[in-house]
Amino acid sequence: MQAASLNLLSKHLVGMVTPTSRPLLLLHIFIFPFQAEMILLEMQDPNTGVRSQPQRLVITTIPHAITGEDIVTWLADRLQIDVQEARSFGSMLVALGYIYPLQDHKRLVIKPDTSLYRFQTPYFWPTQQWPVEDTDYAIYLAKRNIRKKGLLELYEQEQYNRLHKWMNHKWDFIVMQAKEQYRAAKERKKPDRVVFDCQERAYWVVHRPPPGTVSAMDYGLDRRTDPNADETQTSDYYERIMIFTQQAIMRPRVKSSVSIGALVKHCATYIGHDPFLSACLPSNPWLTDDTTYWNLNMSNVETPTKMRVERWTFSFKELLSDPRGRDDFRLFLKKEFSGENLAFWEGCEDLKWGTAATMKEKAEQIYKTFLARGAPRWINIDGKTMEVTMKGLKHPHRYVLDAAQTHIYMLMKKDSYGRYLKSPVFKDTVKKAIRPEEHKFNDAQLEQNARNRRPSLSPIILRQQEQELRAKMAANAPVDITQLCRFTTPVPHFSVYSGIIDPPSSNTSPSLPFLPHTPICPSPISVALDSTSASERRLEASEGEGEQNTEARVPDRGNVSKSRVALSLRRLLKRGCSPSAMFASLSPKCHTAAATSSRIQPITPDEPSQAPPRRTGNFFQIKVDIPPECRIYPIESEDEEEENRLASEEVVGTEEIICPWESLTQQNGTG
Amino acid sequence: MSQDPLEGCRISAGKKSAVSLGKALHPPNLLVVVEGTCGACVAASPVSAPEGSCSYNVAHHHLCVCVRVCMAWQGLQKGETLASLKQESENLRRKLEEERGKLTDVELHQVAEKVETVAALSIKTRRVLKGHGNKVLSMDWCKDKRRLVSSSQDGKVIVWDAFTLNKEHGITLPCTWVMACAYAPSGCAVACGGLDNKCSVVPLSLDRNENVTAKKKSVAMHTNYVSGCSFTNSDMQLLTSSGDGTCALWDVESGQLLQSFHGHTADVLSLDLAPSETGNTFVSGGCDMKANVWDMRSGQNIQSFDNHQSDINCVKYYPSGDAFASASDDATCRFYDLRADREVAVYQKDSIIFGASSVDFSLSGRLLFAGYNDYTINVWDVLKGTRVSVLFGHENRVSRVRVSPDGTALCSASWDNTLRVSRT
Repeated sequence: MQAASLNLLSKHLVGMVTPTSRPLLLLHIFIFPFQAEMILLEMQDPNTGVRSQPQRLVITTIPHAITGEDIVTWLADRLQIDVQEARSFGSMLVALGYIYPLQDHKRLVIKPDTSLYRFQTPYFWPTQQWPVEDTDYAIYLAKRNIRKKGLLELYEQEQYNRLHKWMNHKWDFIVMQAKEQYRAAKERKKPDRVVFDCQERAYWVVHRPPPGTVSAMDYGLDRRTDPNADETQTSDYYERIMIFTQQAIMRPRVKSSVSIGALVKHCATYIGHDPFLSACLPSNPWLTDDTTYWNLNMSNVETPTKMRVERWTFSFKELLSDPRGRDDFRLFLKKEFSGENLAFWEGCEDLKWGTAATMKEKAEQIYKTFLARGAPRWINIDGKTMEVTMKGLKHPHRYVLDAAQTHIYMLMKKDSYGRYLKSPVFKDTVKKAIRPEEHKFNDAQLEQNARNRRPSLSPIILRQQEQELRAKMAANAPVDITQLCRFTTPVPHFSVYSGIIDPPSSNTSPSLPFLPHTPICPSPISVALDSTSASERRLEASEGEGEQNTEARVPDRGNVSKSRVALSLRRLLKRGCSPSAMFASLSPKCHTAAATSSRIQPITPDEPSQAPPRRTGNFFQIKVDIPPECRIYPIESEDEEEENRLASEEVVGTEEIICPWESLTQQNGTG
Repeated sequence: MSQDPLEGCRISAGKKSAVSLGKALHPPNLLVVVEGTCGACVAASPVSAPEGSCSYNVAHHHLCVCVRVCMAWQGLQKGETLASLKQESENLRRKLEEERGKLTDVELHQVAEKVETVAALSIKTRRVLKGHGNKVLSMDWCKDKRRLVSSSQDGKVIVWDAFTLNKEHGITLPCTWVMACAYAPSGCAVACGGLDNKCSVVPLSLDRNENVTAKKKSVAMHTNYVSGCSFTNSDMQLLTSSGDGTCALWDVESGQLLQSFHGHTADVLSLDLAPSETGNTFVSGGCDMKANVWDMRSGQNIQSFDNHQSDINCVKYYPSGDAFASASDDATCRFYDLRADREVAVYQKDSIIFGASSVDFSLSGRLLFAGYNDYTINVWDVLKGTRVSVLFGHENRVSRVRVSPDGTALCSASWDNTLRVSRT
């Protein structure tokens, strides 16, 4: 039966679409017309279709009229959907002009009552793709104008006038044509005439909708590629396809049971955490207008919720992607003295996703901090990866450290992550984690909540805070110093350092939004290079204002005065301790096995924070013979940058090559 | 050596060999054209690609921008016709299907049989965001879970606090049809673009009265409209898709093109970045009915799926990163397992005959929200392939659906000039 109706359909449709052929322009109407028309044909089936009967409308009898009610019921029955969906489905058919309303002809919706509708003749179906021409519309309006004796609707009148103006040159023809059509129509039988009038009107309501109505014919923007254009495939095209297919065939695959099993498992794991499928404690803010849920789950909250901690156990990826989780993991690594792995991974991420301007610099930085022989935070990677990385570093690019990064990632995932989950750090976090009570608001409270929706802190402020915090952490960075100390001669003032390593407040989580400043370690001067980018640093440079801003906004900050002190200290530092050669070329001498011809670079990220004690303590072995230009030290203010540049311009040429690209840098300096 | 068809550069032509294995195993006539006198290139040139290797980017790390790899056009070989080539590629395709079939031991719905069904959802609209004067075409959530940015046909981009319904910023672009917008991960900037063929980044400020439009900075330049954009894991890089059939990765600060992705043969309409921290891939879909998975590092198309019968309007990664879903004008949504390298589910229904414009997953990946051109949003059970719910409310097409970062709400943008935030 379907085949039969298809044949019938194809008689009417020029260039009909079959489901397998390339879609025609009508797909720009974003409807898969084949299905719509199949259903429409079924609807018109005399036996199984929608019940239709002649209806008296005003003074004329209209054949084959159907009621909205019947359409909705039929659709609901045929498609096994509920009434609401059937209504919306029916309305779409009306909007596209497959069915047209007889009474309220401008509202293109299905009313589920006894309002009358008729099926549009296939001639007027949108899939016909007749170009909808203004001339036709003008004829239609002229005809209508004759019949209505000049009483067109306002929008029609406007259109009429516009067309009259525009098509003035052939207006005679239009009027003649209209008259002729009007005369011809008069000769027809009345019901036929009425039906045709209705069909025509419905067509123009769909294609020239009254202002303010939604037009389903509006398909949006034309695409660049014309879907109707015949593709002319060249041999080149096929060759590309073949190469690609060949590669695809070779591609390693996973057995469906395994990969699909993983997908299903992912759902099962996370389903308790999906607010659409499970409860969201204490309550979904969108539902109760209470933001406690968000406040408890801020990125750097001190005590996370139980649910959040639970997610960290799902996968290593999950732990790393949560800033709070990462902090916790960092804390654990610090205690294990293997913080450099995470720092390296973060550095690599920053290199990969950071700005292009500082890419080379960053690669260099990471190399010096983590990979060079005797580097202050040397990481352990296998020879082969090292070789590949070293080779790549000659021409550093964003992905140069990928192999090493993957190696370290897997190391952390396989090794540290497992131990972390068993560690006292994690157990402590689990123990402290909170399980919020479910909110039980009554209606009055809900109403009040809705009235008291508060704006939240802007992400811009949060970002500033986060940066300050990060800077503080960098300033505190204890592991680096112990690492550094390994390479330096034992120093009598080590206790000074241990003060930094274990500040009195070490029991507080590093994720606290505001770490108290210890006098020995003043406010951050610069941000760790390995985790920030140039623009951030610039932000940091203007941090003074930012800091004061936040202070003004967060009046209950306990350490306001302290940070002011820090600020001034910093200024003092800037002025008092200009990047002299001594400071710049500060280099811990290495007496260990690593002491080869290569010089050891100071850990730049931490240098500024260590600068004050270094300066006062003066127990570092300072190599005064090293010209300052080959140092890369954190640039934190314009003037320092200036000096640095000047310095590098002044002194040209150092024999010792430290990194693979050192020579390049020199070239740049000279050039 | 052939005569130079281009600009008088030196050319070394790769050998075109017709070995018994067939042409398909070999790169077709690879030419490397060296332009200019970059030191690295001069040292390395003339470069001929190794035979039988994937050759579209010959070690791009070493040769950087100075080298352009192009396909030579030597015409058809003896006895080769387009028809035979077509036949050959069909054969290969069949072989690929066979290969895929070999490892197909179970279907998704079979595995999902054991899984509990999802209870009926009642999803209600909680906020209606009114303010756009024309069709809303795109939206994106801020990481803070309550702010969002939306763009509309009239060239306006609005940054909202959806929770309080406040409009925080308004940006006016010099073009209509702003089809792409994205919130930066830091929440300090937004990116938007459309018919101006550009994608611009606008830094936001704390001062609401400040005219942020003035700080607009063009980052991406395409030769046709920009259909989608997304920041990568930082504020520093922007990935765009365009009507010119390409996707591209840009450096935000300098506007430098970092990598371009060629392979689509028609407009690219959508892209989505892999959620995984280690995944350097993204997926794109377009008018050539293909959904392509790309390696961001090499610019290579690594996987391609052409199951749809019409334009692909939206692609979206499954939260685990091992699968993705696509929405198409053929009124279906499809679900692809990347590791099994095949389509594993089709979401369709007799009563859904209009194209799907946008898809997104719930936090767990169990639900797939799909916006359609019949003004509805259908909610699919991803595993079982059944429809869980249908959302009414919009009075025109749904152009975009996005689940908030913490999964608490669904935002839908529509041509009825509004956005709606819904939740269970």
